[in-house]
Amino acid sequence: MNCSDDTYCLGIESTADDFGVGILSFKGRALANINSAYINPEGGIHPREASRHHAGIAGEVLSKAFHKAEIKPKEIAVVAFSQGPGLGPCLRTGATAARALSSYLNVPLVGVNHCVAHIEIGKLVSKAKDPVTLYVSGGNTIISAFDGGKYRVFGETLDIAVGNCLDVFARAAGLRQKEGMPFGAMVENVASRGHSFVSLPYSVKGMNLSFSGLLTAAVQLLKSGKHTVEDLCFSLQEVGFSMLAEVTERALAHTEKPEVLLTGGVAANNRLQSMVKSVADEHKVRFCVVPKEYALDNGAMIAWTGILAYQHNMVIPTEKSFVRLKWRLDDVHVPWVES
Amino acid sequence: MLIKKGAEANLYLEDWHNRKVVLKQRLSKEYRIPEIDEKIRSQRTIHEPQIIHKAKEAGVPTPTIYMIDILDATIIMEFVKGKQVKQILSDLSDKERRSLCRHIGNLIGHLHTYGIIHGDLTTSNMILTPTGKVVFVDFGLSEHSIELENRGVDLHLMKRTFQSSHFKYAKECFDAVMEGYRRFMGEDVTKDVVGKIREIERRGRYISAR
Ligand SMILES: Nc1ncnc2c1ncn2[C@@H]1O[C@H](COP(=O)(O)OP(=O)(O)OP(=O)(O)O)[C@@H](O)[C@H]1O
Ligand SMILES: Nc1ncnc2c1ncn2[C@@H]1O[C@H](COP(=O)(O)OP(=O)(O)OP(=O)(O)O)[C@@H](O)[C@H]1O
Repeated sequence: MNCSDDTYCLGIESTADDFGVGILSFKGRALANINSAYINPEGGIHPREASRHHAGIAGEVLSKAFHKAEIKPKEIAVVAFSQGPGLGPCLRTGATAARALSSYLNVPLVGVNHCVAHIEIGKLVSKAKDPVTLYVSGGNTIISAFDGGKYRVFGETLDIAVGNCLDVFARAAGLRQKEGMPFGAMVENVASRGHSFVSLPYSVKGMNLSFSGLLTAAVQLLKSGKHTVEDLCFSLQEVGFSMLAEVTERALAHTEKPEVLLTGGVAANNRLQSMVKSVADEHKVRFCVVPKEYALDNGAMIAWTGILAYQHNMVIPTEKSFVRLKWRLDDVHVPWVES
Repeated sequence: MLIKKGAEANLYLEDWHNRKVVLKQRLSKEYRIPEIDEKIRSQRTIHEPQIIHKAKEAGVPTPTIYMIDILDATIIMEFVKGKQVKQILSDLSDKERRSLCRHIGNLIGHLHTYGIIHGDLTTSNMILTPTGKVVFVDFGLSEHSIELENRGVDLHLMKRTFQSSHFKYAKECFDAVMEGYRRFMGEDVTKDVVGKIREIERRGRYISAR
């Protein structure tokens, strides 16, 4: 049994190919974090297919979460959902489930920004207070830090996200996605067997980055057949991650923050972790990385951010709970963060 | 004396033949493999003085280069006395701030017309001297281009800097930069660049087909 002095929030994540439900106590204890990924046999994301998967699996994931948390639905005090940014059909499926649940339980509904959630869960689990955050995933590549009530974006990709770059390259190289083994992780695996460096375009513009030229060049070299897939994976990682380390260092030098936080799906990569840690060490700041369970898209991060928002009365009426496909990180007020 | 630890270089203030100079040394980074590290450091060390020189021809104040040492990835240049625009922006009156930003926009126009993309247009990389000149530094990421895309990316970075580091005046500052840019570049070019910046802002976010 759980102690009754605690209150719980249920969070639903469904911005892209993952559907997740997390249940957290207001004190930040994770009771459940159940996630189910849609895997497209052809690779890549199909928003409609993914949303169909989410709708089909929602009931099961919810009941698993309640089972794991060992609480009854009526013990939930708040329902949170990821309101954006993300893919329309996927977001809508999560929002529909959240609305239904909140009205059934008669509890308030909170809309959460997915990017803010990645940062907040990272801060919770790594105990970071005021970090420069490098958020790297399949859909986002953002360098941000808190200032004046918001998470300010210091740099971001000018075209595709780094995770997307790895995924597309993996597909072009004929790697097949397996359950529990994202493309990025397969590239990491293959890269560990590469050793001879192939020169690829390095593109940093101040604190912004561009990955499309890197991807195009890597795919062309792959097709030329002059290099092994191992060497190309190795080189792709070295160049792409060096770019990320450089902009992280620039943001750190610029903001003089005391910590670096690495989050998002690509944060699972050991090579990237070691590079960002090296930057942190050089600037004598603390290196924090989010464990995989909370770095990939997950329901727990939505629940936790929902709690923070709820405590600042950021409840939304159902009729205003429309999804926001392009909701920017730096559009969100985060009154719970102290300056 | 170390005066600044930048992201890629250490900057030292030194006496050199009775001159106050800045010695900018690009350090080897432990995180990157030697193949990438050496290439970046030597390329930028060769490239930066060339573009600094070209910017001067374009009419944009830049530090005079005295010496470069490629093996050591070191540049020795004139020490520019003054304050970073970043530090003084909030001390100015609204009118002064607008006028300074218009002037910066005008200088960016000079660079772009001359086919130079600065590549790191932040308020730390602009120094306001006691005589009221604005000197541009840090051309390590700059490139030669007259393409609309690159001009847009350059100014988008300027806008981002205002939004992240000077959010209280972000809009007025950037509007004034664009006003200065417009006066120099003309209506047509500026309109295209503004459209480009908007397009860039829409990218880099969630893309629906991936
Ligand atoms: N070990 C790894 N190395 C590199 N990339 C990885 C690794 N593990 C996962 N990834 C990448 O992480 C990405 C998925 O991350 P995540 O679930 O956070 O993001 P997403 O579904 O793309 O959503 P969003 O952008 O909305 O956060 C994929 O691009 C995947 O290839
Ligand atoms: N010649 C100079 N005279 C005076 N100050 C200078 C000079 N060159 C650079 N500076 C100051 O030192 C700071 C760091 O220099 P610079 O930007 O060249 O280094 P960096 O390591 O390339 O920086 P970044 O962090 O942008 O990569 C500049 O922002 C500028 O304010």
